[in-house]
This record gives sequence, structure tokens and C-alpha cells, in this order.
Amino acid sequence: MVTLNLLILICLAYVVFLFAVAFAADRAAIRGRGKWLNTPLVYTLSLSIYCTAWTFYGAVGFAARSGLEYVTIYLGPTLVMVGWWWALRKMVRVGRAQRITSIADLISSRYGKSNGLAVFVTIFAVIGTTPYIALQLQSVTLSFAVFTEAGAAIPLSHQSTALWVAAGLVLFTILFGTRNLDANERHHGVVMAIALEAVVKLFALLAVGVFVVWGLSGGVQGIVARIDASKIAEFDVSGSRWAGLTMLSAAAFLCLPRMFQVMVVENEDEGHLRMASWAFPTYLMLMSLFVVPIAVVGLDLMPEGANPDLFVLTVPLSEGQNGLAILSFLGGFSSATSMVIVAAIALSTMVSNHIVMPLWLSATGGTAVMSGDMRNVALLTRRFSIAGVIFLGYLYFHVSGGGTALAAIGLVSFAGVAQFLPAMIGGLFWRGATRSGAFAGLGMGFLLWLFTLFLPSFGPGTILPQAVFDQGLFGLIWLRPQALFGIVGLDPLVHAVMWSMTLNTGAFVLVSLLSFPQPVERLQAAQYVDVFQHSVTTGSWSGGMAQSEDLLIMSQRILGAPQAQAFFASAARAQGVNGYLPEPSPKFLNQLERELAGSVGGATAHAMVSQIVGRAAVSVEDLMAVADETAQIMEYSSRLEAKSAEQTRTARQLREANEKLTQLSVQKDEFLSQVSHELRTPMTSIRAFSEILRDTRELSAGEQAKYSSIIHDETVRLTRLLDDLLDLSVLESGRVNLNLQAGTLGNMLDRAEAAAGAGLRIERGKADGDIVLTTDLDRLAQVFINLMANTRKYCDADEPVLSISTMRTGGDLVIDFVDNGCGIRAGQQAVIFEKFSRLGDNTVGGAGLGLAICREIMTRLGGAISYLPGQAGAAFRVTLPLETRVAAQ
Amino acid sequence: MGKQVLVIEDEPNIIEAISYILSRDGWEVKTHSNGHDAVEAARARGPDLIVLDVMLPGKSGFDILHEIRGDAALGQVPVLMLTARGQNKDREMAERAGASRYMTKPFSNKDFLDAVRDLVRS
Repeated sequence: MVTLNLLILICLAYVVFLFAVAFAADRAAIRGRGKWLNTPLVYTLSLSIYCTAWTFYGAVGFAARSGLEYVTIYLGPTLVMVGWWWALRKMVRVGRAQRITSIADLISSRYGKSNGLAVFVTIFAVIGTTPYIALQLQSVTLSFAVFTEAGAAIPLSHQSTALWVAAGLVLFTILFGTRNLDANERHHGVVMAIALEAVVKLFALLAVGVFVVWGLSGGVQGIVARIDASKIAEFDVSGSRWAGLTMLSAAAFLCLPRMFQVMVVENEDEGHLRMASWAFPTYLMLMSLFVVPIAVVGLDLMPEGANPDLFVLTVPLSEGQNGLAILSFLGGFSSATSMVIVAAIALSTMVSNHIVMPLWLSATGGTAVMSGDMRNVALLTRRFSIAGVIFLGYLYFHVSGGGTALAAIGLVSFAGVAQFLPAMIGGLFWRGATRSGAFAGLGMGFLLWLFTLFLPSFGPGTILPQAVFDQGLFGLIWLRPQALFGIVGLDPLVHAVMWSMTLNTGAFVLVSLLSFPQPVERLQAAQYVDVFQHSVTTGSWSGGMAQSEDLLIMSQRILGAPQAQAFFASAARAQGVNGYLPEPSPKFLNQLERELAGSVGGATAHAMVSQIVGRAAVSVEDLMAVADETAQIMEYSSRLEAKSAEQTRTARQLREANEKLTQLSVQKDEFLSQVSHELRTPMTSIRAFSEILRDTRELSAGEQAKYSSIIHDETVRLTRLLDDLLDLSVLESGRVNLNLQAGTLGNMLDRAEAAAGAGLRIERGKADGDIVLTTDLDRLAQVFINLMANTRKYCDADEPVLSISTMRTGGDLVIDFVDNGCGIRAGQQAVIFEKFSRLGDNTVGGAGLGLAICREIMTRLGGAISYLPGQAGAAFRVTLPLETRVAAQ
Repeated sequence: MGKQVLVIEDEPNIIEAISYILSRDGWEVKTHSNGHDAVEAARARGPDLIVLDVMLPGKSGFDILHEIRGDAALGQVPVLMLTARGQNKDREMAERAGASRYMTKPFSNKDFLDAVRDLVRS
């Protein structure tokens, strides 16, 4: 006997396994190693969410009650896949081109991105799907109950089973269904998990079938005989019900939100449809292969009154095949969970994109630019919606008590979503379809479905009183829910489908013909109907006034900053613009809108972009009328702009030249003034002392000697100053003759040390001697002498030490002169290479030309000299190319 | 004891020359060689005359003169300005700053002595 605990354990293990598969698939996809995730086989298997618990358990029940009729449920999709392959392809193409997120988005985008329509479809879809989710919960509960009755110790309440299952599904769906905001991005984990579940349920059903045929009936011949003997063979099938059900399942296959999700939204490659077009019908065929044998054997074996919906489970169980029963249970469990997961994802996307987001946008003042992070809001909404949708299903199950036959709820649901068909197919194939038409058709279909099928499905007296069934609504005899317009005798389902679909289509076509489409509708109509002609779409934005930056801010909130920036940057690159802000051209706006639509749906994306751009769309006629005029004005204004830009450029050049001249003049004045000062200062001493020597009789010999030597020193200083000035002038004018020779660095440093190193300890590396340079050796030595002399003059350490280190970087030789003083203050580092810049007071003499000359020399030698901040003391870096490329003239 | 003169100048040789000339003429010569605290030095010594160089380390002669003229104790002390930059605009700036006399380097010793005596007498 299978204990309940064991069953729960197996169930949990299976769920954990699914979690692992989904997780692994997500990880593989993120790392880009998910090629195998993206195969036609996985796509085909994911389509199998069409086969829910309803088809897994219910088909057998269906067959037990009404014979071969169950085949219609498989026949419809097969016909669509085989015969309407081209229509599916068109749907997938449109879905991908427009970045459609759901069936509501498909319909609303087609009809002028109308959010009203999207809301309508969403609500409709939620109402239509809720019973279906309830159905899945019920099937899981019932299958648990089968095991409980079969001998479990603890009776398990149906309600609590359903609640636990619902909670688990919420968790799984939120974890793997709302990882990305962009609904257009594939949920690899989810798709992989449901593909796996597809395999499990097929395998389970086939296993039970094989057991029934070969284990219980003695092979094919035995089962054929049993079928012949069974009541099933006697059921006569009404032609109208066959046609009606086949059409209904075909329509539902196209319109069910969850089917749309796996078929269009999760589709990675249009080419996958090709394999699915034969593989999916094959899958359906295999699923239906053993339905009749199981039903027949079940009817034979099981006691009168046993629920035929559960034969798949109860037959193996009654034969003591516990393992097979558990496998079968897992198959049913898989069917139920995969449907709920995908349906919840699809519906939550619709609810969040079309109901919550627009509300949130208008509640926050409708400024997507100013308000907080849209992504969190959208994700949170989606998570709440998932929980909400599944909870609604649970609530329905709770209220309805789970008594109704499974198949009945399924068909009610099918008939509901089938109402989307006219608007959807009309939108894809008929340019003349309008929004008003879509509203009229959907509204009409919805009302009729509600009145003739949905409400009556609760039974007379539950919601609709018995009187309405007998006398019609408001006592109008022609408004009886199951005999509309006095047509009696039809099967209630066929009756409802016929009336709702006929009037739906009629209203849709009629109102479309009578109404006039808006410009956006026209553009969208062309893009839908002629999607194969122009996949590159024309623009509907007037463009111009949009603020690219606002758009970027908004997009970052929706797409996330890195993704939005990458998108903007690539668009800017495509336009030949640098940076992150492309021109808001109509083409770019269209791309952006589509990108945003992937996250929040077409209608919301359109609304958000138009908030910023200002004008949503213009009529084609308007555009045509103003096109010529605009072109002329634009040409004229662009010519004017070009002229004015040229003038601005010229003016700027003139201003710069003038500034330069003024600056030069100021520099020249400053230079002359400095030269004057430098010349007059020694001359003052010379004149004063020479007059003293001339005019004073009573000078001592010491005084005479002292004053004479002052005069002498000052003339030397004057001479040096003049030499320096001339040297600098020659260097600056570029008329210097460089005397290029080869020599070692060590030699030059020796020379410099001999000339200026007295009283200074100089530390040198050993490598100097080996480095051979071809340059003007005298000039380079002059630089070294100057640096050493400066250290001697300015280094304030008690025992001045100058360390000279050399290194090679790239093709350059770098020689650093670092002393142990307190260095040069940051503010003065910039000016020390300027002429006449001197540090400290005048006591050390010198005109402040040394470093200016060094700089000129190094420039002439093709190198450089710079102050090296951040060293122990004052530090100068001399850079010289090892390859001689002297800038001599 | 003669009158006291404060020489604010940074070139050592020029300081030496001026000191020699003035002390031979009977002046008591005090010297100061940077601009930072020149005004404080002047206030501390209370000289009868100030000889002020324009290009000083730390603070320009014009700024020092401006502060001297704004000082209650020193405001009336005659100031002889010396500059090595013989341009007209320097002269104008000196006069505007309130220099009593303005001389361009180099100068003859006689002219210098005459100017100094003139300033103290008047």
C-alpha cells in the first residue's frame, strides 16, 4: 500500500527535482551555455501545456461518458498546427517584431495600442482562466484523495491539499517566472521544467496504457474485443457537437493566454514552428492513443459509480500496481502544475502591464521620469499578480466545492477565451479591422458567453434562477440562456459557442466596417497584416521635441541602468553620435518603444514614450500635407545653421588669436621689466661702490679690497645673466646648433659633478656608465650641472644629498634627481620652469633662468624635464629618448 | 646722535652700499631684508625716514607703503622708494601709494644723499 507520507515524499522529491532543473536551465542560459535549451524539441514539448490535468485525467472520463468525442480536444490543435501553420508563423512573427508580451498586448497593440482593450482582454482572460486553475487544483486534490481512500492512515482534507499545492505553485512561479522584468525574455528555467513535465506525463499515460492493453487485456486483440463489447462503441456522436468542439479547441489553442505565452512569447526562433507542426500533433496522438482502452477497462473493472476521470489512477491501484499508480499520479501532477505555472505567468504579465502599471503611472502623476524605480514596481506587481491569480483559482475551487465534472469546466473556459479569436485573426489578416469593432465583438462575445455558458454552468438556481432558464431573462422567452432566440434542442455548449462566436464575429466585422480607424491603428494594421513584407517598420512618432535624456532616465527605470545605457549607446553609435544620447529620431523612438514594450507591454510603453515626446502620433494625411513645406523649411534652416556655425567658429578663432597676442604683449612687457630689474640690481651695487672708492679718501685697505671684490662679483653676475639671456634666446628661437656625439651617461654625470658637485654628496647607480647616448653632450651636461647647482643652492638639509637614479621605460631613458631637502611647495611647482622665477630670497643670487634654459635644452634634445612631486625632497625627472630623434633644426 | 633711517632692501650688496653712505653722513642705519614683517619692523623702530625697495621677497614695496600710510604712528614718516624697474607705470604707482620720493636704480651716491637729507629736513 502506498502511504500518504510516501506519496507526499515522492511529490516533494519531484518538485525539488523540477526546481533543480529550472535552476540549472536558468544558470546555463545566463552563462550563455543554453544552446540545448533553445531547440525545436524543447519548444514542442513546452507546447504540451495544452494537455493539462484535464486532458490527462479528464480525457478518459470524457471517453467513458461520451465515447470518441474526447478526440475533438486533440483534433482542433492538430488542425491548427498542420493546416494553419502559416497563420501561426505570422502570429509569432508579429509577436517578436512588436515585442508582444501577451495576447492582451497583441490585441491592444494592433488596435492603436489601446489600453482599454488590453484591460478588457485581461479581465476576460482572468475570468476565463480562473476556473481552469481551479480545475488543476481539483485534479491534484482528487488524485491525492484516491490514495487516501486506498488506505492512508491520516485523512487529508481536500481544501488543505489544494492550499498547499497552490502555495507551492506560487513559490515556483515567482521564483522562476519573475526573474526578469522583460516578459519578452525567455523564462528558460520554466520552459525547461514544463518540457520535462511534458515527458513525464506522456510517459506516465503511455505506461498506464501499455499496462491496460498488454497487462490486463491480453494484447491488442483482447482490447479491441473489449471495446467492441463496451458501451463506448455505442455512443452516437452528434455531428454538430463534433464540429463545434473541434472548432472550439482549435480556437482555444490559439487564444489561451498560456498557449500564447509558450507559443509566441517564449518562442526563441520562428523556425521551431516547423518541427512543432508535426511533432506536436504526434505528441497529441500519443496522448490520446490509450484513452479509450483505459476508459473501457476502467468501466469494466471499477465498481459502478466510480469517477471515470480518475481511471488512470484507480485502475493500476486496484490491480495492486502501486509503482505505476505513483507514476500516473506524477503525470497528472505534472500536467496540473505546468499549466498553472504558465497560466499564472501569462496572466500576471497581463495584469501588471495593462492594469496595475497604467494605474500606478497615473497615480504617480504619470511622470515616469520623476518617480522611483519602475522595475521594482513592475516585478512586485507581477509577483503579487501571480499569487493573486493562483489564489483566485484556489478560491474558485473552494467555493465551487470541486464537484463538477472536470471536462465541463474545461470547455466553459475554452469557450471563453475563444472569444478573442475574431479580434485576433481579424487583426492579423484584415487591415479594415478597427478598435471599435474589436470592442464590439469582444463585448458581445463576452456577454453571450457569460449568459449562455458560464453562469448556467453553476447549475440552475445557483446564480441564475431557475425562472431565467425556463422563461428567459426579464421574462423574455427569447432570452433563455440555453435556447437563445427560441432555438431549442441544441447541445448547451454548441449552442453557446455558436451564438457567442457568430454574434462576436458579426459585431466585430460590422462595427469595423462602420467605424474609422485612427492613424496609429492604421500604421499598426499595416505592420500586422503585412508583417512579412516589411519587418523593418515605418515610424509613427513625430519626433523632434523629445528629450533624449528624459527618455534615458525613464528607460533606466524600466530596463535597468546598464541595459538602457547599452541600448541608448548602441542607438547613438548607429546614428554616428558620440556618447549615450542618440537623436530622438522617429526610428529610434520606435525601437525604444518596442524595447520598453517588452517589459511593460505595448500600450503602456506607448503611453510612457508619448508623455515625454509630447505628441503620440500624427495622422498620415497631416504628415503628407506638411511634408513638403517642412522639408523646405528644414533645408533653409539647416543652411542658416551651417552659416551661423561657421561664423561662430571664425569669431572664436579671432578671439583666440587676439587673446594670444595680448598675452604675448603682456609677456613681453613682463620680460623686459624683469630683464631691467635683473640688470639694474647689480649695476646699483657697482655704481655705488665705485663712487665710494672714487670719492672716499680714508678707506682702509680691507674696505678697498672688499668693495672691489663686490664690484667684481657683480660684474660676473651681470655677464652670467647676459650669457643666460642670450643662450635662452638662441634656444627659444630654435636657431641652436646641436653638436651630436656619442657618450656614456656616466661620463656626463662625472663632468657635471666636477663642475657643480662641490659641497654636495651625490649618490649614483652603477648602471650609468653603460648607457650610451647620442646627443649634444655639452647641452645635456649643462642641464645636469644646473640641477646639481640648484640642489647646492636651495637644498635646506644640513648635509645635502642628491640621489640620481636611471631607468628605462619604453624607448625612453629616465633620470631622476632627488635631494633630501623639504622640496618645492605644490603651488610653486608649476612656475619654477618659467623665466625669472626664483624661490626664496635673493641671497643665493641667480636670475631664475636656469630651469627655463634646462627646459628649452631638453625640448631641443627631444626629451623633457619635469618636477616629480611626492618624493623625499625636491625631485626633477629628465626624460630622454634612447633612439636619437633630436628636434634639431 | 643723528637721525634714524630704516632701509628695507633684499640685495646684500646694495644694503651694504647704502649703509655705508648713510652712516658716513651721520645717520643711524637700521636694515630689514624681507617684505613679510617690514611694517612691524618699521613700527618697532619708529625711524625718521624709510628707504623702501619695490621688489621684496614676501610682500611688494607698494603694499608695504600702503600699510605704512594707513598706520597712525608711521603715517607721516617720509618714504624714499627705490626700484630697479625703470618704467613710468612704476613711478605712477609709487606716487599713488604715497611715496615721498622715488628713485630708479642705479643712482649716484650724491643724488641719494641729497634726496635723503631733503626728505628729513622738509
